[in-house]
Amino acid sequence: MTATTPRPASAEALPAKPAIRLGDLLFSRAALWSGGLILVILAAVAIFLVAQSIPALTADPADFVGQPASFLDYVWPLVFGTLWSAALALVMALPLAIGIALFISHYAPRKLAQALGYLVDLLAAVPSVVYGLWGIGVLAPAIQPVYSWLVDNAGWFPLFAGPVSGTGRTILTAGIVLGVMILPVMTAICREVFLQTPVLHEEAALALGATRWEMIRMAVLPFGRPGIISGAMLGLGRALGETMAVAMVLSPQAIVSFALLQSANPSTIAANIALSFPEAYGVNVNLLIATGLVLFLITLAVNSIARYVVNRRKDFSGAN
Amino acid sequence: MTAIQTAPANPLAHGRLHRRTPWMVLGLSFAVAAGVLSLLAAAGTIGSLNLIAVAVLGTVFYIVSIGVLSSQVEGRRQATDRIVTAVVTTAFVLAVIPLVSLVFTVVANGLARFDVQFFTFSMRNVVGEGGGAVHAITGTLLMTGTAAIISIPIGLLTAIYLVEYGRGPLARAITFFVDVMTGIPSIVAGLFAFALFALFFGPGVRMGFAGAVALSVLMIPVVVRSCEEMLRIVPNELREASFALGVPKWLTVLKVVLPTSIAGITTGIMLAIARVIGETAPLLIVAGFTASMNTNLFADRMQSLPVFVFTSYANQGVDFQADLDRAWAGALTLILIVMVLNLAARLIARFFAPKFGR
Amino acid sequence: MSKRIEVNDLNVYYGKFKAVEDVTLTIEPRSVTAFIGPSGCGKSTFIRTLNRMHEVIPGAYVEGEVLVDGNNLYGPGVDPVLVRRQVGMVFQRPNPFPTMSIRDNVLAGVTLNNRRISKSDADDLVEKSLQGANLWNEVKDRLDRPGSGLSGGQQQRLCIARAIAVEPEVILMDEPCSALDPISTLAIEDLIEELKQDYTIVIVTHNMQQASRVSDKTAFFNIAGTGMPGKLIEYDDTSVIFSNPSVKATEDYVSGKFG
Repeated sequence: MTATTPRPASAEALPAKPAIRLGDLLFSRAALWSGGLILVILAAVAIFLVAQSIPALTADPADFVGQPASFLDYVWPLVFGTLWSAALALVMALPLAIGIALFISHYAPRKLAQALGYLVDLLAAVPSVVYGLWGIGVLAPAIQPVYSWLVDNAGWFPLFAGPVSGTGRTILTAGIVLGVMILPVMTAICREVFLQTPVLHEEAALALGATRWEMIRMAVLPFGRPGIISGAMLGLGRALGETMAVAMVLSPQAIVSFALLQSANPSTIAANIALSFPEAYGVNVNLLIATGLVLFLITLAVNSIARYVVNRRKDFSGAN
Repeated sequence: MTAIQTAPANPLAHGRLHRRTPWMVLGLSFAVAAGVLSLLAAAGTIGSLNLIAVAVLGTVFYIVSIGVLSSQVEGRRQATDRIVTAVVTTAFVLAVIPLVSLVFTVVANGLARFDVQFFTFSMRNVVGEGGGAVHAITGTLLMTGTAAIISIPIGLLTAIYLVEYGRGPLARAITFFVDVMTGIPSIVAGLFAFALFALFFGPGVRMGFAGAVALSVLMIPVVVRSCEEMLRIVPNELREASFALGVPKWLTVLKVVLPTSIAGITTGIMLAIARVIGETAPLLIVAGFTASMNTNLFADRMQSLPVFVFTSYANQGVDFQADLDRAWAGALTLILIVMVLNLAARLIARFFAPKFGR
Repeated sequence: MSKRIEVNDLNVYYGKFKAVEDVTLTIEPRSVTAFIGPSGCGKSTFIRTLNRMHEVIPGAYVEGEVLVDGNNLYGPGVDPVLVRRQVGMVFQRPNPFPTMSIRDNVLAGVTLNNRRISKSDADDLVEKSLQGANLWNEVKDRLDRPGSGLSGGQQQRLCIARAIAVEPEVILMDEPCSALDPISTLAIEDLIEELKQDYTIVIVTHNMQQASRVSDKTAFFNIAGTGMPGKLIEYDDTSVIFSNPSVKATEDYVSGKFG
């Protein structure tokens, strides 16, 4: 044969070259180091947060802004506010997310469904500071009359106790904004699992004479339950860590209160850090970092539970 | 009711609502709701006619009446089905309202200052009207760009490690910790960058590079996740075909696997950039805010667009309308950037993805 | 150009599972050897050990030796990458690179290895390889179109052209026609007949007519039961295997009594 490329000299006798090539070695090492670097970064995050938190835990609480009795005293209202606002967001957003996901996966016409999917994804891309601006500029004034009405007519219900906030900037508004923000994540995950429902199950249900809703109840929802749970947990994780929307909507105080419509509202850890950090000095910086560590641990726990639920069932991809 | 079909002779058929009946009921419900509310308004029971109230009441009327109607004609099961359809559709519409409202408000309020001056001036020595966000836009581009330069190689190589090389406990550990990293709240990433740089530069450090590091912490896991997903859908047959031609593994990855998935990877990276470009909290902490242009990543405070929006809003001056207008114009710019990135990413995914021909 | 393959006492494992046990056979140069047998009997696994492609699957390894013209593929320091340049492979489903044109697909073995090649040499190589794969006349006007736009049979011949462009000594074919229609299958079989002038060809097939049509020698593999390793039952001239096999199991299989 008229060889067009020079044959390697080793072609006649099989080579006794080392089995590992330089290119392979460099490339696989680079990949390995990058993976290792991620572990290093995460370890660094944990170590730095812990190291910078220690001064706050050992310092005299009298040095803190606002002079709380102790670190726990300082952080507890924030933890409460974080959990309470995230829970409100979750309660409002989860049913909606399931509804939207069902609408896209099983109700909307096929062509429309994809466009709607993009639309929901776009919601996810809107920066949080814009949500904050919208929450305070549009939502709060628009919803204040509803709050007044609720306090007037349902004020006996503890959550709706008065006096009503005159600006609409309450924890319920923050919860609504958070809910809108986490909606796309949860919808995306629910939609993905709903679409993965085995067609055979759906057809089996339909073949038994089920209506569309009965088919969904028999085949889609049981199959998608772990997806719903993990979507909810990931959404919760995001709501817990969300900063700007809460920081802009609320005018916070260090209180623990379940009241939804009053003008005195607990702040969240993240919002408190964002608002206090630019003016913080000395041990107060450590104090804020320590609250950040608490937030990190809370979100870590929530996300781990979510991952556990997902991985236990199957390996569909999560959000992101 | 003319809309109901006459009793069927066919034993397999039973009463069905006509195809257009639900729409008629829907229109009727809204009309009734509007009527009831305007009567109440006229009687002075409520303040004024409110479109939102009409929509809410109309939806409730519709759900009730379609349920009653359907259960009379079609039976209880069909009625449940129709009610759920209505509820699910309502959920969707409900979710679209905030998006529409948000986009509308941002555009309406943002256009006031969406002018040449906004993109050519900084806020240096500006009190009251005028000024612009060019310093913030520059800062955002610099910091996001630096974050991308840090994150993309690390993220992509990690994804390659996980898909092509990773076996055993290390790969599992990396997968797990990438998951953990996805869950890091953005403010915590900011605190980390602050703690790291405070170690070298003393407390009170503010610099653009620290902001880029904070953004990288948020961006890396997103890049890893999306690249991993894209690399995994490259069929193994292509890798085998390349191996069978006597191509070493690294060249196979570099010249077969990556080109095949490059569209998806680009999409993923652009979505990751779109995600961090709107981050406010970490930059507020480590990059601070300033009114002046600063193009040096390694010294002094650096403004960014999201922080510009926040500070314009939060630190309003005497002429508060000027600050608010700037905040909205900043928000509009930000949304436009993010939307363009998203759209470009989707178009790349659609038009440049290779066809596998089966 | 083509080489003799000797396999001595080869065992193939996937982790702890022994997939193929104790195979010894010799494949003559310039011949077509067919591997037949029921599904899961290890013939595909075995053929992949002839160019170390089984190593792509984590945990797979072999005991024993495979000699290509006397050189052990599993000797110390042997680079599987260089082995594969001499022992090419065509897969069950056609797998042209979707990002490359027809021309680039043919040249893939050269360009992917970062070897420089002048344009005229490349043109010659493309034409020669495509002609060798009986595809030249069908695609010569559209060499710059993507390879995935061809029909299944054309794609498979493109993959064969891609394999022979590296100028291997041996071509392994793992059920190359199972995803193709009868007419495309016939085209590939004709091609195998021609390629045998220059190459040693080993083909795995489920189609016994195909084995009897194209091969000079046939190896019958069988498996005692699930979880048991596959074994080489009988290896002989194709005419003997199909007309007068010495083992009962072979006769049952080729006459269609099982499998």
